[in-house]
Amino acid sequence: MSRVLAVFDSPDRMLDALRRLREAGFSRLEVYSPQAVEGVDELLGRRSRALPLIIVAAGVAGAVGGFLLQYVGMAVHYPLNIGGRPLNSWPAFSTSTFELAALAMLLVGVLAFFALCRLPRLYDPVFAVPGMERASQDRFLIGVELREASIDRERLDRALARFDGVRIEEVPE
Amino acid sequence: MTIAAERMQEDTRRVVEPGVTPMGVTAHVSDIVLEAPTPLWWWVGFGLSAGLLGLFVVAIVWLFIRGVGIWGIDWPVAWGFAIANYVWWVGMASGGTLISALFFLTRSEWRSATSRIAESMTVFCVACAGIMPIIHLGRWWYFYWLFPYPNTMALWPQFRSPLHWDFVAILAYVIGSVVFWYVGLIPDLATLRDRATRRWQRVLYGILALGWQGSSQHWREFKTLYLVLAALMAPLVVSIHSVVGLDFAGGLTPGWHATQFPPYFVFGAALSGFAVVLMLVIPLRRALALSGVITLRHVDVLARLLLTASLLLTYCYLLEVFMPFYRGERHEITVVLANFTGVYAPWYWAKIALNSVVPQLLWFRAVRLNRPLLFVIAAGVVVGMWIERYVIVASSLHRNYSESSWFPFHPTVWDWATLAGSAGLFLTGFFLLLRFIPMVSMFEMRELLQKKGRSG
Repeated sequence: MSRVLAVFDSPDRMLDALRRLREAGFSRLEVYSPQAVEGVDELLGRRSRALPLIIVAAGVAGAVGGFLLQYVGMAVHYPLNIGGRPLNSWPAFSTSTFELAALAMLLVGVLAFFALCRLPRLYDPVFAVPGMERASQDRFLIGVELREASIDRERLDRALARFDGVRIEEVPE
Repeated sequence: MTIAAERMQEDTRRVVEPGVTPMGVTAHVSDIVLEAPTPLWWWVGFGLSAGLLGLFVVAIVWLFIRGVGIWGIDWPVAWGFAIANYVWWVGMASGGTLISALFFLTRSEWRSATSRIAESMTVFCVACAGIMPIIHLGRWWYFYWLFPYPNTMALWPQFRSPLHWDFVAILAYVIGSVVFWYVGLIPDLATLRDRATRRWQRVLYGILALGWQGSSQHWREFKTLYLVLAALMAPLVVSIHSVVGLDFAGGLTPGWHATQFPPYFVFGAALSGFAVVLMLVIPLRRALALSGVITLRHVDVLARLLLTASLLLTYCYLLEVFMPFYRGERHEITVVLANFTGVYAPWYWAKIALNSVVPQLLWFRAVRLNRPLLFVIAAGVVVGMWIERYVIVASSLHRNYSESSWFPFHPTVWDWATLAGSAGLFLTGFFLLLRFIPMVSMFEMRELLQKKGRSG
């Protein structure tokens, strides 16, 4: 099994090629681009599913935990009777509850983002590909996984035949 | 130049000037950091800022040695410059968050080019703000008592107090601002990593970029996260200024005890925040040759926002005068009259002039597009907003209910040193970011240009 990167100089050509590769039956594809390109996720059939759920869960946990922290402190561990006012003074707890829920969402969201993207990962074989440094500037790359190198390579070349001058680079193992 | 060409130049509709390409922006913005020699103005500005920062360090060390007695605070004015400075700094920080988060949610195209300057400004404003309440504590080394940690005294912080809400709010806001700024920076750090020619740059930006690949998976999760962060930061910035307002409204002090305080402080924060962004954007678009991406459209929009915030705040100023007379409470009226004619009258009228009257010039298009004049108006607003905070803090406290303890506040040289020094902390930090961080979000500009290219 090996990987190759096809280098394109415009998002539209890259999208066109991606469509053709999908039609040719390639499924293990990845796009590297200097900015998000609309239409890529639809073609690859992928969506960000886990992250929103994790963040919502963190928000619920932050709100419940934040409220309980205040409730336990003010009503259970250290109750102060001030003129008979209720110990569970929830309106006074609401501001901090909101802030703590937001804080939990922020922090868990970022950590989950790192985990899902497997960051930080300072070295990856794709960085060794000549031309990859342009993927953060002005080139649009398609990574293709070839299961049986020679046969798939031929299919790949056929699918990309109409894009003259497209550079194809091997990703080192 | 013909009149038609002049009109073209003054076009306030374009968010990007014609001829700007995605690669052009990327190369220009990253070369400012990676390639360009450090300009003379940077060294001058950085040197002056570092001098002020040194003053800040001296003022704080002396404070830590001698205690808060070196300041002018006493009874009845126990909240002096430190609290006014805190409210001022945290208010200015809002400008970055509002532009970056709120106008991200409204999908405003002009936001892209100014968001990085605004967010970087926020990061150092909240740093200055966060220090103030801590040094204001007489025994600052006990500040961790604000955290509800298990302790041998079996004590809890008072969660019902607005001052504790404020601690939680600023904690969330400081962390949120830094996270929002850094996450939005990651793709640009990867660009710097890939364009760097020197080894230290490669290592530095390589580590900071965390191995960002720009894969479709990375972008997908990034977009989701950034949207969530923006949707969180927009209410957080409103909440923190509301809570700062409640710090005051929760006290019974005449002049503070009003239900309008939360929105009053949000409007004031927005006004000073937009003013600081303008004060940074106007010189930077020239100094860094960014007028292709930070166009007159941006200047115009920011000036309009400044005017809007000024009108909102002026409404609060009117209410602040109207409500005491409407309620008929004697001490509340005393404070209003003291503001009009008392020892704080010069400050009070200066605030009205700088925050409410002068910004009315922005109704005129010619003023909005006159950058030097706009800079002066914005600077006036920044000064005016500090005065507003100072008057709110000092004037109310010096006319409290008990007439035997009516006494004005006299700032000492250390009060002024702390104020000037905190500006040094802000400016030093911002100058460093100017040198090491791209001041325009390159990937957002590429996205904007890609979208514009496709729609024709």
